[in-house]
Order: sequence, then structure tokens, then C-alpha cells
Amino acid sequence: MSVITIERKVLEKNDAIAQQNREVFKKKNLFTMNLVSSPGSGKTSLIEKTIHHTKNKFNVAVIEGDVQTSLDAERVAAYGVPVVQIVTQGACHLEAGLVKDAYRQIEKNDFEVLFIENVGNLVCPAGYDLGEDLKVVIVSTTEGDDKPLKYPAMFRNASALIINKTDLIPYVNCSLETLMKNALSINLSLKIFKTSCTNDEGIAEWCEWIESKIKR
Amino acid sequence: MHELSVAQEILEIVNQYFPDPKPNTVKSVKVKVGKLSNILADSLSFCFEAITSDTPLSSAKLEIIETPVRIICTVCNKESEIDPPIFACPSCGNNQIRIVSGTDLWVDEIELFDEIPEDK
Repeated sequence: MSVITIERKVLEKNDAIAQQNREVFKKKNLFTMNLVSSPGSGKTSLIEKTIHHTKNKFNVAVIEGDVQTSLDAERVAAYGVPVVQIVTQGACHLEAGLVKDAYRQIEKNDFEVLFIENVGNLVCPAGYDLGEDLKVVIVSTTEGDDKPLKYPAMFRNASALIINKTDLIPYVNCSLETLMKNALSINLSLKIFKTSCTNDEGIAEWCEWIESKIKR
Repeated sequence: MHELSVAQEILEIVNQYFPDPKPNTVKSVKVKVGKLSNILADSLSFCFEAITSDTPLSSAKLEIIETPVRIICTVCNKESEIDPPIFACPSCGNNQIRIVSGTDLWVDEIELFDEIPEDK
């Protein structure tokens, strides 16, 4: 029996490009976040709120990922920030190569914070490094408090958790306490923010945290 | 959900070793799939079979070994296996743990046929 030993990571190509991205972002002193969540949790709304609240403090650029349409990029562009839409044509996650190409389109602009809004999906984006500083997972109260247990890889890989749509808590079957307990049981180091993009709860605290991460 | 793109990456790695394979050269491709890699073994096999059918690599079976999630407890320093979604040290119960394996996908080895068998 003839056997060839390989021992190579299946996603080594993606990881290598992600590392190149990381070096490029580092050179520009960018703070880069990969926003991951299920569809409809409020990623784009959170980006809009963040841009609005921090426009006098720091400059933001956005890379949007969606299976179809440029609706999100159009929403963000209305705030006058550099934005690129990646349309994945069916693919369930962003890959480092797509981010590399998208970044080239905005790199000449002046910004300190880069949001990469991943495709809405709590499964696949967990496995793909894009070169970001950290992953931020967003879960909205309407999704229920069991999501961390159902999608542990995503919560394990994230550094921060945003519990969004807190204004809807009186109307939905979701316990904030249980949601936080479940998330922390998977990842004790998660920095947790409770936000509402409707009544602005927690937005200031979230924006201050981003500001504290900016590399100046 | 992204098993097809993972199967394509595996095939690309195999192709680097066999850029111009003869039929019935490769018997199997052994792949290690971490339990926390969000990859479904059956689906990955199906996708690999689909993209290699009618190619010289159609004889290659994808052999999948599921690898457990292993951690080191930062409190008691013991290394152990955990069963997600429980992320705590089985020895001392602490959840200040560091995952050491079980999140990745690896192409481990390629097994070749000893002799080229007759066409079936």
C-alpha cells in the first residue's frame, strides 16, 4: 500500500489570503470587524447607527456581503462613507479573496474602522478567516435565547456579542439572562452589548468600545 | 452548507500532487474533519464524489475521520475532550478553556492503488 502524507489544511488558501489582508489592514492601522449573524438580526442597521453616532469621531468604511442585491450598500452609501458590495451569487459566506478584491476599491479613502458585513448565516462564516481583527456576532431578541447553543462555533469564534432589538423584549419569548448565560457558557471572554437601533439603547457604549479599539 | 466549496479545495490539493492523474491511481483521500468545523461528513463525501465523477479521480474515495474537540483547561492545565455545546473542563468544570483541536479541516494523506486494476 502506497500512502502519501499530506497534512495540509483544506482552507489553507483562504487562510493565506486572510493573513495578507491582515497585514494590509495593519499597515493602514485599521480596526477591522467581521459582523456575523443570521439574516435580519440588524447588522446593517447597526452599521448605520454606528456611522451616524461616530461621524465626528472616526471614519468608517464598509464591505457588504450578500447573496443577491446591493440594497445594503445603497443604504450605507447614503451616509457618505466608502462602501463596496460583494454579491456572492449563492455562496453562503465571504472568503478572504473576495474581501481582498473589495478592499482594493476603497483603500484610497481615509478611514480607521472597517466593517465587513458577512452573509447572514450563523454556520458557514464561522470557518472562514477574512483577515479581520475580530468577529462580532449579532443575535436579535426575536431569534430566541437558544441560538448560542445551536450555533456554538460562531459564538466561540467571536470576541463580542451584540444582543440587538432589546426594545422588542416585552413582545418576544426571549430571556436576556438566558441568552447571555448560554453565550458565556460557550465563550467566557465575549464582550456583550445590548442594543436597540430603534431607541438607541446601548449604541453609545458600543461606539465607545470601537473608539477604544482604534489604533492611533 | 459550504461542503461543495470545501470539496473543491480538497480536490485542488490532490491535483497539486497528481496534476495529470491516470485513471485508478488514487484509492482514497483521507480527510480529518473537526467536530466543530460545521462540516457534515456525508454531504462532503457526496460533493467530492460529484465533482470527481467522470474524471480520472473517480476511483478516489473520500475517507473522513471526525476529530473530537480537545481543550486545555487554563485553570487545572488538563487536556481533555469536550462535547459541544458544553464548553467546560470535564475535570474541574471551569470554562476558561483553550481549544487545541477539532475546529479544522485537514487533508491527511492520499492512498494509492498498488497496481492499476482492470477497468470495471
